[in-house]
Amino acid sequence: MMANEAMSQADKLAHRPKGGAIELLRNLAVTGRTRRFTRQPFPTIRKTRLHRAAPTAVGMAFIVVAAFCQGAESLDSIIIDAGYDQQTKIAVVPFRIGPEFGDREPISDIIGFDLARSGQFAPTERGNMLSFPAERAEVFFRDWRVLGVEYLVIGRVTTEFNGDVSVSYELYDVTNERAMAEERLTAPAAKWRDLGHTIADAIFEAVTGVRGAFSTRILYVLAQNPGTEYARYRLEVADSDGARARTLLSSDEPIMSPSWSPDAERAAYVTFETGRPVIALHDVATGERELLPHFPGINGSPVFSPDGRSLAVVLSRDGNPEIYLMNLADYRLRQITRHHGIDTEPSWTPDGRSLIFTSDRGGRPQIYQVELATNFVERLTFEGRYNARARLLPDGVHLVFVHRRDGVDHIAWQDLERNDLRVLTETALDESPSLAPNGTMLIYATQDQGRGILAVVSIDGRVRYRLPSSSGDVREPAWSPFIDGLKSAF
Amino acid sequence: MLKRQIGLLTLVAAAALLVGCQTPEPTPEPSPPTDDTRPISTPPPTPEPPTFNDNMEPYYPGSTKLLPRVFYFELDKAVIDQADLAALETHAQVLMDNPRRRVVIEGHCDERGTREYNLALGERRSDAVSRFLKAAGVLTSRIETVSYGEEQPEDPGHTEAAWSRNRRAVMIYR
Repeated sequence: MMANEAMSQADKLAHRPKGGAIELLRNLAVTGRTRRFTRQPFPTIRKTRLHRAAPTAVGMAFIVVAAFCQGAESLDSIIIDAGYDQQTKIAVVPFRIGPEFGDREPISDIIGFDLARSGQFAPTERGNMLSFPAERAEVFFRDWRVLGVEYLVIGRVTTEFNGDVSVSYELYDVTNERAMAEERLTAPAAKWRDLGHTIADAIFEAVTGVRGAFSTRILYVLAQNPGTEYARYRLEVADSDGARARTLLSSDEPIMSPSWSPDAERAAYVTFETGRPVIALHDVATGERELLPHFPGINGSPVFSPDGRSLAVVLSRDGNPEIYLMNLADYRLRQITRHHGIDTEPSWTPDGRSLIFTSDRGGRPQIYQVELATNFVERLTFEGRYNARARLLPDGVHLVFVHRRDGVDHIAWQDLERNDLRVLTETALDESPSLAPNGTMLIYATQDQGRGILAVVSIDGRVRYRLPSSSGDVREPAWSPFIDGLKSAF
Repeated sequence: MLKRQIGLLTLVAAAALLVGCQTPEPTPEPSPPTDDTRPISTPPPTPEPPTFNDNMEPYYPGSTKLLPRVFYFELDKAVIDQADLAALETHAQVLMDNPRRRVVIEGHCDERGTREYNLALGERRSDAVSRFLKAAGVLTSRIETVSYGEEQPEDPGHTEAAWSRNRRAVMIYR
């Protein structure tokens, strides 16, 4: 017998407080925690003495295999603080499911919540729906026009003989009564949430024309009791909505500056596990890990080039932080900056021809650009006395960075052609902005009630939501490139 | 500026030579610190006070008062406070009097500003202390510096008072 998700949710809905769509979605998010299990213990790092590599440390890298593991605490439910005034009304009808899926987070909730947190959609509350169609023959468009719904999503979930899950869905334009997208997706049962995110991506793109980024992942650092003898630092990877968190590395020494390879298969980060900062590369799916050749002083800010072949890094081996490129095939270094000031926080222009970086060569930290072919340096920011850690949007024209105004650090946005600067965030102690691959939103670290949390803001500053955590201070988010959530190994 | 640097280098070199010529004195056996409140039954001879306590924290030479090992900085600055110079001179003396000891200087920042910039700023702070010790005659090989940026606050709070405690360089004897 086929049961409707709406029926399986009946108890929860009975206790639902009255409120708008966002209120409903917050509730749903609370109910939607995924089950987590521990397969293997975390790869725990012991303190060891560092053997300094010779300056020509080619081939000195060594491989550590860290266990693939699960068992971290996911981030708490998202709290949406602001969205657009004019949101597209969309109804994601609970998908028809077999009883074997009764305890699963409803796929329609995953889709609806993804769309809601984009700030561009207002999903219809389930309680307001007049009918629960799951197939085209059951759809009466008038039911949806009455509610002012512009788009309708219906679907069905079945189990394949081999245990895989199949989801069929259709997206309808209610006004014109026509199908805009229909698809049948099949994936292993463990890809349940990925199926939801993948459908949300397709709907987002069909309606807005912009590729959806809900299937992406985020890397971040979770710090527990920092600065005490009980300090523990974890490098975590989670869904872009903070669910399904998994610990990649757990250490009693700081972990910093995580970033993704362009194929989203590897993470680069800084680890103090040897007592000094060292750059590590970490295969996210297998847990295989490599500590790169390291040098006296700072080894920091690793960022993959767009072609994935080299890493921009910061080394202070000659007594002062300078930006280098490290070729990942032979670990050869090429020095890019040469200045007695601090040069740090490199990031690549989308064409891979230049680096954007922070330098205090002008007396205060500001953003500069260096062209790799010529080493020609140009200053990009002039407003304010502290601008740092910039990232370029995929268009290569807009910059986001940390901007200090009246002594408070915010995330700001600057159009490099018109040079106008706009502060995007209202929170304080904001840092580490990281862009969604479609350039519509950015995730950053901030403080909420004395605790480090992640927050997301749209590039125009109008959509805002928070991803609180009850497990510790969360910091340094890195939004992954586009991934195929159904094929991804993690 | 350049002249001053050369002068500094000469000083460092001279100091290095001086230190190099000294015969290493064996470090005195650590003995329990004298307790002034207890009546002393046999006054002379007074035992030589130890150089370090059990946590390898140095005393002011010839006393039982601990030498400050943490030095604080202004926001976004890596300039040693004038008031700390005397204590740092004493550290240089302690290091030269105890040639088997080495020192690690940690540089730290408050949480404001970006993490990697703070890693660089913390290095400037540890380097400032390191440069002072070298100029005062301590051999480069006996000083190690490491920056933790804003990653290891002394005070996890988010107030001006907490921040001022977190902008620091810490000397750890080994």
